[in-house]
Amino acid sequence: MLEFDDIQHILLTRTPAMTGRYEFLTFSNPAGGRAWLSELIPVVESAAAAQASMDSTKRWVTLAFTWNGLRALGVPEESLETFPEEFRQGMAARADILGDTGAARPENWVGGLAGADLHAIAILFARDDAEHARATGVHDELVARCDGVRSLSVLDLNATPPFNFAHDHFGFRDRLSQPVIEGSGEEPTPGSGAALKPGEFILGYPDEKGPPVNLPQPEVLARNGSYMAYRRLQEHVGPFRDYIREKAETPDDEELLAAKFMGRWRSGAPLVLAPDKDDPELGADPMRNNDFNYKEMDPLGYACPLGSHARRLNPRDTAHYMNRRRMIRRGATYGPALPEGAPDGGVDRGIAAFIICASLVRQFEFAQNVWINDRTFHELGNEHDPICGTQDGTLEFTIPKRPIRKVHEGLPAFTTLRGGAYFFLPGINAMRYLAALD
Amino acid sequence: MATAEAIAPAKETDWSKPAAMAIPKEGYFTVQNGRYGPIYPRTPACYGFTIIAKIKPGTEATIRQYGNTIEKTIAGLPDALEVLKLHYLRWVLFNIGQDTYFMYQGIFDTDFDKYTEDAVQLFSQTGITTVFTNLEGFPEDWKENPDAFVQFVREHQCPSFLEYGAYPYVTADEIKKALRLKAAFSDMLDQMQ
Repeated sequence: MLEFDDIQHILLTRTPAMTGRYEFLTFSNPAGGRAWLSELIPVVESAAAAQASMDSTKRWVTLAFTWNGLRALGVPEESLETFPEEFRQGMAARADILGDTGAARPENWVGGLAGADLHAIAILFARDDAEHARATGVHDELVARCDGVRSLSVLDLNATPPFNFAHDHFGFRDRLSQPVIEGSGEEPTPGSGAALKPGEFILGYPDEKGPPVNLPQPEVLARNGSYMAYRRLQEHVGPFRDYIREKAETPDDEELLAAKFMGRWRSGAPLVLAPDKDDPELGADPMRNNDFNYKEMDPLGYACPLGSHARRLNPRDTAHYMNRRRMIRRGATYGPALPEGAPDGGVDRGIAAFIICASLVRQFEFAQNVWINDRTFHELGNEHDPICGTQDGTLEFTIPKRPIRKVHEGLPAFTTLRGGAYFFLPGINAMRYLAALD
Repeated sequence: MATAEAIAPAKETDWSKPAAMAIPKEGYFTVQNGRYGPIYPRTPACYGFTIIAKIKPGTEATIRQYGNTIEKTIAGLPDALEVLKLHYLRWVLFNIGQDTYFMYQGIFDTDFDKYTEDAVQLFSQTGITTVFTNLEGFPEDWKENPDAFVQFVREHQCPSFLEYGAYPYVTADEIKKALRLKAAFSDMLDQMQ
């Protein structure tokens, strides 16, 4: 039985936030950090609380800590040592493994995310702009009141128009094919596979392999917690549109090429089910938009290229042990939307996402290392993920096609990683434990 | 494997030109970390390992018996090891003085860490107890503690100092694809007689 009243809501719930802010914080004295935490605990909603008050709530707060942050709050060494190696090292130190090279190197990250003094993130989601202004104002006052607590940087978030469905700056529908957790009360949509054991995402529960093992200590700190990989990905919307326009002959071809990169049409309709033209009704229908496989329905990638983003990030029946590789995705877009036809101007806009899983190395790092940035994925030879892989202009993208395939050589970067971090997302009781440390 | 690229040739597509690679003592050229430690490079002979460990006294017959077990398993389930992306496996027992050692050599197309990870998963999923349990120092709790399995493998890996490929960098899938193509062509030509 999941402890809904102890699990932070972000793990199990999607909120109707239209705006928000990520606050990246550092604590120069433990008591100050704990004071900040103590004041926020009553505001952080559990999954149960968020569910109950979804319609009336205007803001949703999530708190998480880096390994250095746990130390900065006063977690003793013997406990810190029980956290997994990759979390202790942090995302910046794992850049080689993740393929964060070239422009994506931690030296180029913004917002102080690569530094050892990044201790915590407060995710402040708000229903509207007025609430955003109020909530961030209240948080600013709290930070000012707490000795040694300082903001390293903030990132303001906003949904991009049109607002009737969630999508990124490129215009692709988001929030498709999320794993469903056993006991969460949610039913998997057709094609999404069975609900997964909670231990794949929440510490302290059985996972797909068996009972929980090697949990951080003490138990109160680990229970109902999880790990969260943060990725701030700038989307080069202008260059993306220019590339598509240059390589395609007609507006329909442009849409098709964009879909080939993504694996789905902008509407969300999967190429496997809609290979030739978009089907917005299919894209919007959760009972149908995930109901397909690759092995039988599109083994050679004539509909959905083998190296497309969606096919890499969720190879479905063409990868082994998929149930041990699933991740929960949350996040939002940031930066101004780019109107069609307007110049990009290098403005920073993109997605700021969280990947939530019980093992960063087995789930998140595996996806980065073996699926996104592996040149030989599915025998491709010289490709990375065309959307979120690291691109330096030397790689390709192959579109299987009859009679002959089309290879796009020298693919430019459509996105650039601007920062990231590994956080521990404690349960509510664990936060009380942290606040009471001495 | 993204991070091995800097040390391996940029384009590895020329299968027609045999290639050799001398490898430093550590097993890699520069330290580049993978998910579980330094990455061993892809060579003209693909990825691979040579694991050498002393066997527990009196287990030689048991280990030899594994040979028959695996033979039967593969006969019944030819795809049982498919996930490991293997070319070849060689299992050898040999003596140094009074001690018997087990050598496990594999040549495969996924990187070292993924191979080990997949192997642990495969063994514990199918309930095959691994031949490794007869080796000295092998973690008793390997099923619950895959990291300890990975660590054991890494500690007992003896990197090659030379690897050679007559058709370098070709994956097993590519070879099988080429053979299928050849078979299809032969079939077609036969039909046209």
